[in-house]
Amino acid sequence: MTIITTSDATSSEDGEKRNTSSDRFRRIIAFPLRQPMLAASCGLLFAFSVLALASPWITGDPAALDPLGRLKAPSADQPFGTDQVGRSVLDRALWGTRVSLSVGISVAMVTTMIGVAIGVVAGYFRAIDTIAMRAMDAVMAIPAILLAIALVALIGASPFVIVTAIAVPEIPRMARVVRASVLTLRERAYVEAAITCGGRTTTILRRHILPGAAGPIMVQTTYVFASAMILESILSFLGAGTPPDVPSWGNMMSEGRQFLQIAPWILGFPALMLAATVLAANLMGDALRDMLDPSLQGGELR
Amino acid sequence: MSAVHEVDPVLEVSGLTRIFTSQKGPFGLFGRRELRAVDDVSFSVERGRTFCLVGESGCGKTTIGRMVVRLLKPTAGAVRINGENFGALSGERLRRKRQQVQMVFQDPFACLNSRMTAAEIVEEPLLNFAIGDTETRRRRVLRLFDQVGLPQHFHSRLPHHLSGGQRQRLGIARALAAEPSLIVADEAVAALDVSIRSQILNLLKDVQKETGISYLFISHDLSVVRYLADDIAVMYLGAIVERAPAEALFNAPAHPYTRALIDSVPATHPRNRRRRSPLEGEVPSAAALPSGCRFRTRCPFATDICVRQVPPMSEVAAGHFVACHHWQVLPRLDAGPSGTGDSIAAA
Repeated sequence: MTIITTSDATSSEDGEKRNTSSDRFRRIIAFPLRQPMLAASCGLLFAFSVLALASPWITGDPAALDPLGRLKAPSADQPFGTDQVGRSVLDRALWGTRVSLSVGISVAMVTTMIGVAIGVVAGYFRAIDTIAMRAMDAVMAIPAILLAIALVALIGASPFVIVTAIAVPEIPRMARVVRASVLTLRERAYVEAAITCGGRTTTILRRHILPGAAGPIMVQTTYVFASAMILESILSFLGAGTPPDVPSWGNMMSEGRQFLQIAPWILGFPALMLAATVLAANLMGDALRDMLDPSLQGGELR
Repeated sequence: MSAVHEVDPVLEVSGLTRIFTSQKGPFGLFGRRELRAVDDVSFSVERGRTFCLVGESGCGKTTIGRMVVRLLKPTAGAVRINGENFGALSGERLRRKRQQVQMVFQDPFACLNSRMTAAEIVEEPLLNFAIGDTETRRRRVLRLFDQVGLPQHFHSRLPHHLSGGQRQRLGIARALAAEPSLIVADEAVAALDVSIRSQILNLLKDVQKETGISYLFISHDLSVVRYLADDIAVMYLGAIVERAPAEALFNAPAHPYTRALIDSVPATHPRNRRRRSPLEGEVPSAAALPSGCRFRTRCPFATDICVRQVPPMSEVAAGHFVACHHWQVLPRLDAGPSGTGDSIAAA
């Protein structure tokens, strides 16, 4: 509120510009204080991304065997311990971050692009609505894991197939969220004003409808990101996902399962990292929703 | 209403009808429900004049406005803008034609995209209709700001930095941007404070004087209409019951409904209070219109013929039309306070 008052007080054009830029700076500084949850979850995800990108340089070879140092408990030398063939669990877990994050990001992107396209078309053009949404209902009726296993079994476990297999069941949820917001937005007076002002349909969708739906889309994208990482781990755990020679959290947990009683760290550390990443993504989604949903805002001007 | 005006109408509405249908039961198994929101309405707006549509809420005046700007497709009838049937156009030709009719909306808070700056909002129609290059557009936007009385340095403000009156000025600037021949103003001042209302009405008048633009002004507020209108049509339940030049309508209202409307405006002085009783009852549903005259269920003067026959439009005076069976005897009744429906039947 104070920010607005100050910019109102100055009437000259220059003064206004200077004020808005310093406001922006102040807002960036104050951001972690106003949104601690969002800042923390973003920070955690950012840290994981850095680890994933840097893992080839900061870790040794994740496939390096050490037959003498098998099933060693965590120590100063091996902080996460070693597995049944003496590979470092830390190195493998860090490499696994790459698989999980890249699958999560790819699925989130694919789902968002296709889901938004379907949702916008179904929401804005009433003639297509029924057909498109019944098709989405049909896809939703298929259990996600079954569909993914079937696809992988049918075509083989390539990254493309895994991303497709995980994205397909997520698309209807995204389409529904987008369609719902487009349905309310298209009735807004400013969209009608845009029509009478001679806006082409594409212009109206791009300038007036999509920005309004951006909040729900971003929130849904973070949820898809989280659930994609879980699904990828489930697929790898079941042996239908990432090939065994590439370390991923899912196949590490699958291998560690057999040694759970004597070496719980083989399963425990990848599970912890998966939980932390998914938690961060979900918290980010929640914080974004609280920030972007005007109905949950306590009268604060955005 | 001289012959000179009749030759050159900006907007000609003829036989305009809009029926909303809703299905009864799943997939319309039990038939359809028809709601006649607008029923066979005809009028025309002449160049440089202000035509007001008056009526209570739900009488179809907004539906007419939405059909005139082609946000709704008419079920039947024609909306001619500068001679071309707007209702029948589609695609790119419809989009181009929109340049000639612009709209000022009721809610100045909802009709502006809160993510766009004031200048972007006013520039949008110029961009859509490909008017001018970047520099001419920028100059035109600033000139429009002047024209509607907004300070030029407001150009980078977002709508939520503006007051209701300023927002409505911005809405008017946007409507003027493409230089239309007609502006449809749907309850354009209803959402504003009374103190701002007259400013906006004066602005609309000034703009008309400067540019010779025509208005189709839709309102339920007779005091606003009286201030602005050249011609008035009174609507009841989807149809026009009386149409006349403003002065004639206020001085000699011919339809019982028009009289009731005018009487319902609170008098500012006790001496001016009228004795006629206000209307009773509720407006019937547009889904089940009464037979004959649609006003008969609430009309104190209704007789048998009103049940049987739809009253035709009769010309009371030059340019003054009324849809009532009894318009000729009504003024006499009005003079005597004891007049009842029975004496009409006798006459």
